[in-house]
Amino acid sequence: MTQKLVIIGAGMAAGRVLDHLTDAGGDWDITLFNAEPRGTYNRIMLSPVLSGEKTFDEIVTHDDAWYADKGVATKFGVKVTEIDSAAQIVRGDDGSETAYDKLVFATGSNPFIIPMPGHDLDGVVAYRDLEDTEAMMALTEGQKAVVIGGGLLGLEAAAGMAARGVDVTVVHLMGHLMERQLDEPAGYLLRKALVDKGITVKCSANSKQILGENGKVKALQLDDGTELPCDLLCMAVGIRPSIALAQENGLAVGRGIHVDDQMRTSVENIYAVGECVEHNGDIFGLVAPLFDQAKVLAKVLQGEEAEFVNREVSTKLKVTGCDLFSAGDFADGDDREDIVFRDPARGVYKRLVLKEDKIIGAVMYGDTADGNWFYGMIKDGTDVSEMRDTLIFGPAYQGGTAEDPLSAVAALPDDAEICGCNGVCKGDIVKAINAGATDLGAIKATTKASASCGTCSGLVEQVLAVTLGDDFVMPTAEPMCGCTDLTHEDVRLLIKSKELKSMPAVMQELGWKTSCGCHVCRPALNYYLLADWPEDYIDDPQSRFINERKHANIQKDGTYSVVPRMFGGMTTPDELRAIADAADKYNVPTVHVTGGQRIDLLGVKGEDLPAIWKDLNDAGMVSGHAYAKGLRTVKTCVGKDHCRFGTQDSTGLGIKLEKALWGSWTPHKVKLAVSGCPRNCAEATCKDIGVVCVDSGYQIGVAGAAGMDVKETERLADVATEQEVMDLATAFMQIYRENAKYLDRPYKWVAKVGLDWVKEQIVDNVEERNALIERFKISQKIYQKDPWAEEAADKADQYEPIANLVLEAAE
Amino acid sequence: MSTWTDIGPLDAVRRRGARIIKAPGQDLAVFRTIDDQVFALVNACPYRQGPLSEGIVHGTLVTDPLYNWVISLETGEAQGADEGRVDTFPVKVEGGRILLDTSSIYQRQAA
Ligand SMILES: Cc1cc2nc3c(=O)[nH]c(=O)nc-3n(C[C@H](O)[C@H](O)[C@H](O)COP(=O)(O)OP(=O)(O)OC[C@H]3O[C@@H](n4cnc5c(N)ncnc54)[C@H](O)[C@@H]3O)c2cc1C
Repeated sequence: MTQKLVIIGAGMAAGRVLDHLTDAGGDWDITLFNAEPRGTYNRIMLSPVLSGEKTFDEIVTHDDAWYADKGVATKFGVKVTEIDSAAQIVRGDDGSETAYDKLVFATGSNPFIIPMPGHDLDGVVAYRDLEDTEAMMALTEGQKAVVIGGGLLGLEAAAGMAARGVDVTVVHLMGHLMERQLDEPAGYLLRKALVDKGITVKCSANSKQILGENGKVKALQLDDGTELPCDLLCMAVGIRPSIALAQENGLAVGRGIHVDDQMRTSVENIYAVGECVEHNGDIFGLVAPLFDQAKVLAKVLQGEEAEFVNREVSTKLKVTGCDLFSAGDFADGDDREDIVFRDPARGVYKRLVLKEDKIIGAVMYGDTADGNWFYGMIKDGTDVSEMRDTLIFGPAYQGGTAEDPLSAVAALPDDAEICGCNGVCKGDIVKAINAGATDLGAIKATTKASASCGTCSGLVEQVLAVTLGDDFVMPTAEPMCGCTDLTHEDVRLLIKSKELKSMPAVMQELGWKTSCGCHVCRPALNYYLLADWPEDYIDDPQSRFINERKHANIQKDGTYSVVPRMFGGMTTPDELRAIADAADKYNVPTVHVTGGQRIDLLGVKGEDLPAIWKDLNDAGMVSGHAYAKGLRTVKTCVGKDHCRFGTQDSTGLGIKLEKALWGSWTPHKVKLAVSGCPRNCAEATCKDIGVVCVDSGYQIGVAGAAGMDVKETERLADVATEQEVMDLATAFMQIYRENAKYLDRPYKWVAKVGLDWVKEQIVDNVEERNALIERFKISQKIYQKDPWAEEAADKADQYEPIANLVLEAAE
Repeated sequence: MSTWTDIGPLDAVRRRGARIIKAPGQDLAVFRTIDDQVFALVNACPYRQGPLSEGIVHGTLVTDPLYNWVISLETGEAQGADEGRVDTFPVKVEGGRILLDTSSIYQRQAA
């Protein structure tokens, strides 16, 4: 007996159900409704249509001829508005009534539109159907588009429009692109590829409102006030199962239409399939499981047995040149083990997550050829213990070679500068090696590489190793940490020469062995990046040690010490009163005068920090950075104004120095002093930079120490004017900032490079001195700011407990 | 039986950061990893009670800010050569809110 089957929605799931039913040759009288004015097309291929790689006709899977041939009655452009499940009738918005024996919901999903101001303006589109695609295709070269959402759809939309010459900006709320499918390192590579295509990518960016003019979109405004002008705005922030019709007509729904393993809904003779369903708590967004559902539903309708079992899905992005693959679960966990492979030269990143000898997740970028092999093992739960060591190299490579720690250097082009001091490129060194210079000494002698400051000697050795292979025995250098084989010096140089400006960039391009570093490398990298790229890199507080994150010194009992800055060790009665008031108000148990001429309030509770800072700020004081790897104090004596031995205005100079240098971050702490005469009351001769005033001017010493090591400063220069002192001190700060290893005090660093080299750079070479000063000033524009004011104003809540269960327990 | 207590929005904790929960007897810390997993531990390193909430979070580990012990956020176990363990508490995120199972905390208090 012929049965009447009505299907609501002619999307990809419905199309597949029809394929199976018509193949099986059952006796059906089928009516197919679709709100879109067309039948089934391959929705996932809209992206190649948008980018111009395909035409729409090429992606239609079921055309009019097909429906006619199979005897399917079509009602395209007709939306079903009501269902009478007692009478088994559906009503369409064309006024028609159609009776059914079996009814299938295949209504798919609706794009989610953030209800922000301006979302209903003309020119705001989603990315779901042909109409959306055509709106984007209508843009012409040079017009501007903004895409909200850096997920799969948003990026395909962005790349498609960019391929048409549109100027596209992607605005993404999260810290990296496609965060649901990719980890941070893979997200970094993806971003880089998109930026190379001319797309602007803004992560961690929150949209506030869409601005319009005459009812048409004009710009997107972010919550930091930035305006991004645009002719079209595409919102691709997610989808919601389309359940309204089902819900209004009494079907059980949650996030989707509830179905059992046979795709049956809660109402007799009504089924659902595709993205509109919710099965065992899962909802869907990719076609693979939907096609499984379609197969099951077709069987069930035919009276055969079948059950739907959800499966792992894998994701690929259909953007030419962005090869990525993601499957399974790749969250960190310590019952899990990572295998990471990076090939910086080819821009490849692969990470497998293993748990109990099975692969449970895979993320790959740049080379995804083995994706399906890994995916298969995830699905099958294959035990990989036998091939663990070579697993990451894929099926073709079983038994292959281990990762090469030298690959970063091997990948450098010949014109990459290795020795900055003497301008020696990799190619020069290779030439010298081939001409017979086979160790570091010989390279120094023939090319001058590493003959000056010496920080590049590690790199030169790696070039030797790469060029000579087994003939070269690498001297053992201490790597930065377990995440890399490179030394601090190597990393610093490569950050500069390869222009690496973010932490994921460093880790990828230098082949980090972990996915996101550890507590040893992250603070060092954070420093190197902010010192080398002050204008590009954004400081990451979560990669800083506690004292710098909390802008206070943690004490062994977990309380903090607070030290306001007193420029040049000078203070006033008003400041002292404010400090005393603060000490009283916050029950500060200990008040101490430090060796650097500051007042230290010890024993402040973490949650009181913003409030005590605010009070001290209000009295005109800023943070003394007593906790920072940065400029600490400039200690002075009272100088010629008061002291009969004084030769110059030592306090005035101390204040000037501190005003110029405070706020700068350095590899380790830096302390200065200015003494008014050689009696040296300010103890300038054991400081990182110490100035001793004499009748004829100023003696500038550097690289002193008075800690675990005690060392007298070495004379950098004798100068006649305050201005020269300022210039040399600033240039010294900057050259130290740019070259030293993280956590090396100046005396340690100078011992490595030699004072002569430092003198050559900043005393003899005026041009270089001025360039250093200029770069220091650029950095100060960004970093010379009072952290107290900032933290107290907008981050104060971070210092408080998130919740108090003590009170609740008492209730 | 679990008692899930809402302790605040996920966004109140920075990625790779932590916040303190005042609790009877001993402060706890709730951590958030880069991939938005959350963990709750007693806020004290087994060695000299350093406040773990102030440590650097890497993967699902946190490094004690005072003495660089590395503690697993999942099990509370000290890693590497160090030996010791801090108590962990069930915690989860639902609808953007952090929920902490407080049953064992109050039990401890009652005991
Ligand atoms: C641009 C783009 C790229 C994608 N890329 C991929 C990819 O690479 N890989 C992947 O796996 N997935 C991809 N997807 C997702 C994939 O397209 C969907 O999972 C799939 O199309 C869902 O199929 P469906 O039949 O459930 O719903 P749909 O295809 O959305 O079909 C539902 C249909 O029902 C109609 N309808 C709704 N309500 C009614 C009503 N009341 N009356 C009549 N008709 C109604 C709608 O108009 C719609 O045509 C992509 C999606 C898009 C938009």
